[in-house]
Amino acid sequence: MRYYLLGLFVAVTVVLCVVGFRGQKTERPPIEIFDDMDRQAKVKYQKPSEFFADGQASRMPISGTVPATIPIDDQYFVTGAIGNQWGDGMPKSVTVSSKFMAAGKERYEINCRVCHGSTGMGNGIVTQYGLAGVANLTDERIRAMSDGEIFNTITKGKGQMMGYGANITPQDRWAVVAYIRALQRSQKASLSDVPETEREKLLKK
Amino acid sequence: MANLFPKETNIVPIKIILCKVITVILIVLGITYYFTPKYTRIGYKPTQPVAFDHSLHAGQLGLDCRYCHSFGTVSSHSNVPTTQTCMNCHRQVKSNSPKLAPLRESWETGKPMKWIKIHQAPDYVYFNHSAHLNRGISCASCHGKINEMEVVWHDKSHSMGWCLECHRNPEFHIRPQEEVFNLDWKAGDGSTKAQVEQGRELVKKWGVNPSQNCQACHR
Repeated sequence: MRYYLLGLFVAVTVVLCVVGFRGQKTERPPIEIFDDMDRQAKVKYQKPSEFFADGQASRMPISGTVPATIPIDDQYFVTGAIGNQWGDGMPKSVTVSSKFMAAGKERYEINCRVCHGSTGMGNGIVTQYGLAGVANLTDERIRAMSDGEIFNTITKGKGQMMGYGANITPQDRWAVVAYIRALQRSQKASLSDVPETEREKLLKK
Repeated sequence: MANLFPKETNIVPIKIILCKVITVILIVLGITYYFTPKYTRIGYKPTQPVAFDHSLHAGQLGLDCRYCHSFGTVSSHSNVPTTQTCMNCHRQVKSNSPKLAPLRESWETGKPMKWIKIHQAPDYVYFNHSAHLNRGISCASCHGKINEMEVVWHDKSHSMGWCLECHRNPEFHIRPQEEVFNLDWKAGDGSTKAQVEQGRELVKKWGVNPSQNCQACHR
């Protein structure tokens, strides 16, 4: 009995030393105890695949094709250009509403604020870490720029800025254009821009 | 014949039974403790090819989760960023850092970065990120406080029981839609009571009725 208990104590100690406790940080991948069908031979998001020669499960679009989600009959909506020129104003399929502006604000704050800053002045947090040449979205050059050109800059980038076309849908890119216009206006706003009901509140401050 | 077996032999059967019972209890305890995702998954903290620091990017710089994980709200899958997303800044910021060498290599060759996946649901589980993110379930509810992690680890068990716990009582996790990506958010004074009270209201307001049907996750 004594030897048995001693042996048991040693065994428990060895197990605890080897496998440790719950929640310990480890580099060892999770053990799958009953691993039936846990990992199936199917194509998964952003995973390698032996089926394709380049080893990638995610495929690039075949050249000359367009995703079905992108309308092909509204070129301005997708490219920001009408013929050979940048267009101005919102595309036909876009309705500017407060919901649309809110979407623009949300996308702006996710994707643009880091560099261009909350107000668009080009003073985002990344500029403190060595990113130079960030455009001030409220200056004259951008104010004078057509909506289509801003849309194209968001899509494909310009100068040091790279394109965000892959990260933001066309609809949301137009919303960001609208929000940038709102930021520009807010920097040169006069009292007459404020709705009459709100003016008194502002004057009191 | 009377002296063939000494007297203590009488308690040998009891001792054997006792030893067996202790052994069985220990084995059962061991299995309950170890054979569960609470042990097997929690704490998995692999070394990534580039030591991306979430506490710096999402915490200190205040990058929104969706800057990199851009499709979580519209897709079942929350994507790992493309190399270009990193290069948006890192062509200029720390552009010569040896730590970023694998990233530059990926950028030049077009080969994807080989990030190690930490949270891997089994292939028969169809989890949908957008369904949760668009109904007030924060990243933090399932992934922990990623914005404070220098190196990300598997923080919650992601076992089926753990999923069902929240599907049965969503008021413990549901939060206002605009706070989903604010991982530091806490209801009211930060107490569970405040969370449950607000959670109940939201569940009622949105008519949240999480499925407990097998078919919801296993098709």
